[in-house]
Amino acid sequence: MRTAPTTAGKRTKPEWAQGLRHLYDSVVNEPLPDSFADLISKLDESGK
Amino acid sequence: MSNSPALQGSDGTPRNNRPEHQRIAFKRELTGVIPHLRAFARGLCGRPDLADDLVQETLLKAWAAQERFEPGTSMRAWTFVILRNAYLTDMRRNRFRGEYDESVAERTLTAPAGQEAPLHLSDMHRALLTLPPERREALLLVGAGGFSYEEAAEICQCAVGTIKSRVGRARAALTRMIENGEMPRGANGSEDPAHASIMRDLEHVSRGGSLK
Repeated sequence: MRTAPTTAGKRTKPEWAQGLRHLYDSVVNEPLPDSFADLISKLDESGK
Repeated sequence: MSNSPALQGSDGTPRNNRPEHQRIAFKRELTGVIPHLRAFARGLCGRPDLADDLVQETLLKAWAAQERFEPGTSMRAWTFVILRNAYLTDMRRNRFRGEYDESVAERTLTAPAGQEAPLHLSDMHRALLTLPPERREALLLVGAGGFSYEEAAEICQCAVGTIKSRVGRARAALTRMIENGEMPRGANGSEDPAHASIMRDLEHVSRGGSLK
């Protein structure tokens, strides 16, 4: 039932490897929710 | 690790005795890694809202512990250690019990075995969440976050060989799942491997087990 071509053997990066990176990058590239800016601005106050 | 962060000052508020210019520089760097912290947290715990809570907790702890950060070293690696520890603590408190993201599950395609189907990110995420946590985090760090094995070993506080082994096993498991069409089923499935896996982790951790 295997469907993935493995012409280059096990050393080849599987097709999902790019998907994993994409999954991570998709979150990295999301706009930051405002709650983070709020929190960062409050760090000044609490740090004094 | 010697630079593991302290949590809070004795009064419960983040402690900070650094000069202002250092605080500004630290804050700039800390702000810069927020997107990466969100990505790591999302990969670890699956639910966007809980992941963001975890990141906020991490930012407060990092700010409180900033005197332990060595300028010039990797802010991303340093804060990942804090996030990871916060995640493990939350797991011990059962905070993530039963909290799998159903909105992700609903978007999941469940391809019949052996049938070609596009690999959706939600599939990828669900498959990732079925992995044992120590393999999941190793793969996230190396395969998604771009850390070296050495950096990942430092973040997870284990040997480089251990990280290599975990990443190898995680890759093999994902390849097997995807090539064999054994992707986790969505919310309507009678068995949810991702959820079951998380539940097993929680049972293990809540009994005092370690994910190291």
